[in-house]
Amino acid sequence: MDNILIADSVSKEFGNYKALNNVSIEIPKGSIFGLLGPNGAGKTTLIRIINQISIPDTGKVLFNGENLNPNHIRDIGYLPEERGLYKSMKVGEQALYLAQLKGMTKKDAKKQLDYWFDKFDITSWWDKKIVELSKGMAQKVQFIVTVLHKPSLLIFDEPFSGFDPINANIIKDEILKLRDEGSTIIFSTHRMESVEELCDHIALIHQSNKVLDGNLDDIKRNYKTNTFEVALLCDNKTTLKSLINAKFKSQTASFRTLGDELKLNISLNANQTPNELLNFLNSNGQVNHFIELIPSANDIFIQTINNQK
Amino acid sequence: MNHTRLIIAREYLTKVKNKSFLLMTILTPLIIGLLIFLVVYLTSFNNDSLKTITVVDNTGLFANSLKGSGSIEFNFIKELSEDEAKTISMNKNDYGMIFIPQLDDFTNVDYEALSKSIKFISDDSPSLTVISDIEDKFEKILTNLNYKKIGLDINLIEKSNIYVNLSQESFKGEETTKTDGVIKVIFGLILGMLLYMFIFIYGSMVMRSVIEEKTNRIIEIIISSVKPTQLMMGKIIGTSLAGLTQVLIWNILGFIILNIVTSFIGISPDQINSSGSVESIEASSFPVEMLQSLFNLPLLNILIAFILYFILGYLLYASIFAAIGAAVDNETDSQQFMLPISIPLIIGLYVGIGTVPEDPSGTISVILSHFPLTSPVVMMMRIPFGVSIYEQIISITILIITFFAIVWFAAKIYRVGILMYGKKPSYKDLYKWLKY
Repeated sequence: MDNILIADSVSKEFGNYKALNNVSIEIPKGSIFGLLGPNGAGKTTLIRIINQISIPDTGKVLFNGENLNPNHIRDIGYLPEERGLYKSMKVGEQALYLAQLKGMTKKDAKKQLDYWFDKFDITSWWDKKIVELSKGMAQKVQFIVTVLHKPSLLIFDEPFSGFDPINANIIKDEILKLRDEGSTIIFSTHRMESVEELCDHIALIHQSNKVLDGNLDDIKRNYKTNTFEVALLCDNKTTLKSLINAKFKSQTASFRTLGDELKLNISLNANQTPNELLNFLNSNGQVNHFIELIPSANDIFIQTINNQK
Repeated sequence: MNHTRLIIAREYLTKVKNKSFLLMTILTPLIIGLLIFLVVYLTSFNNDSLKTITVVDNTGLFANSLKGSGSIEFNFIKELSEDEAKTISMNKNDYGMIFIPQLDDFTNVDYEALSKSIKFISDDSPSLTVISDIEDKFEKILTNLNYKKIGLDINLIEKSNIYVNLSQESFKGEETTKTDGVIKVIFGLILGMLLYMFIFIYGSMVMRSVIEEKTNRIIEIIISSVKPTQLMMGKIIGTSLAGLTQVLIWNILGFIILNIVTSFIGISPDQINSSGSVESIEASSFPVEMLQSLFNLPLLNILIAFILYFILGYLLYASIFAAIGAAVDNETDSQQFMLPISIPLIIGLYVGIGTVPEDPSGTISVILSHFPLTSPVVMMMRIPFGVSIYEQIISITILIITFFAIVWFAAKIYRVGILMYGKKPSYKDLYKWLKY
């Protein structure tokens, strides 16, 4: 697959503090790439390097196969975690200024702004100052400014913070739409449910090192333990349980069902297939519930970080 | 480059459109004009009132010789004790009272002792000029009496006194007057002060604007589009253009006011410039002489030097201010860094005020007018007295070189500082940032 961005053994030190240690990532074109990690792991440093705010000490970054250079600035849109706009400048004026800094012509910028302001139904804000807007309103303006110049790579750092659920949904839909239109998105967040929902690739950075990366489904395949959540309706729970334990590994589980079933988490041994388990259960009772336990992004995150300790 | 232009335009427009900027531009000349008017008016008003002083002369030596002058008038009373005199004088609401006690021995008067026994008594502390005026009068009378006592002929002494009033001329053959000297001092001080003020006002404007971007957290968005150095220089240049606009407007207003004043007095600057025959113009001579002295100054040199020193001095300090703004999170934290950079400016101003009028080409003046952190202020004070072009070029060259060095350092601190939040940095931190 084509990569829009490749970071190759990137390191960055601040004084004696190593913020990034030989981090390599590859971001496929058209993906939503989750950049994850605990606070202070080095995500922001990496994002700043991609934005050419800072320069790596060693290693290189390729954008569409070229060494990262100032010409790429207009191909990147960045929404930092710490949002901010000029408080006493008018919304429209400010958006025009920031768009022009990204290399758009004034005319072009005006046209695009009209489109977005219309879309978000905020045309009346044009002559307002940022101080007059609420936090959520200012965030919307900031989102528009980030995507306005149609960059091929978008970097969102906690894009949903500060939005109510309705507006967060609007923004989420816009992000998906941008992806569908061909933009690649780097998505940095602590909210694992949105990672689950949006990302198809992730990289996990911990204490300046990359500890995990790849396609999210592949990662889940690697992390899954072949465990199934099962609810069985049977005559004698104890006998059945010992029968199961003779062949598989099981643990009592608790989840909500409508009947009085035997509830277990059953793990396969090596070389056993899910079908073997299902057939075995089928011949011993009525299977009301059979689900493979797939580790969530949250589980993977916590497990990986804890393994590092 | 295109980006820098955008930044300059934004900085310039935000500054110029700011209401307080507009207000300051218009009000400052008005306020200064009003202040000058008030000072002149009040001083003349104050001097006009007649000061009556009661002289209780128990010796009878001064009644004929002590005469009032200017706004002082003497009233003589004889043979009263100090306490009696006090009550009378207090009731009369006089400016004050001079008490001269009785002499013990009329035949062989000790004038030295007498001079020490003369007292001035008043309710409020009297003005210094009045006191020194009175002292002068008594000194003269008593000295003459002393001459007489030891047998010297006063007329002969007065005849042999010679008074010297040096006529002044520069090497270029231009005649100068004392008024010229005074005008040079005043003009130099005004220029130096103006530069000092401008550097501080516009420099701290840059600092505030950097801090604003940092606290607004917009900085990260901007520097993902432009280089920090571009942003810093754009900011500095934009603010300096706003400052120059203000200075230009003040100049135009000042020129208009000067024209109004001169036409009010009844002479035009051209007349003064073209002919030395100001005496023929029937007007009060002091303002005329002042204006003539003003036009005798190397005005073109002053104007060019002022603009150069303003721009360079401002650029130098503004880069330091920008670096400070980047290093701190809010204005209160900036104090610890403001002090060390204010000191050279303040030293420049006060040492300049102290030494330049005394000796414009003295060692200290020369050193300070070449040292880049003080040269803008001190050199501007010296130029009205005439400074050779070479010296000015050397001083400006040093300033330019220093400017580039400082900008290099400032940009490094700025680059790191704008992304640092939280901890108030120490000097050690700043030093570390230079190496990032």
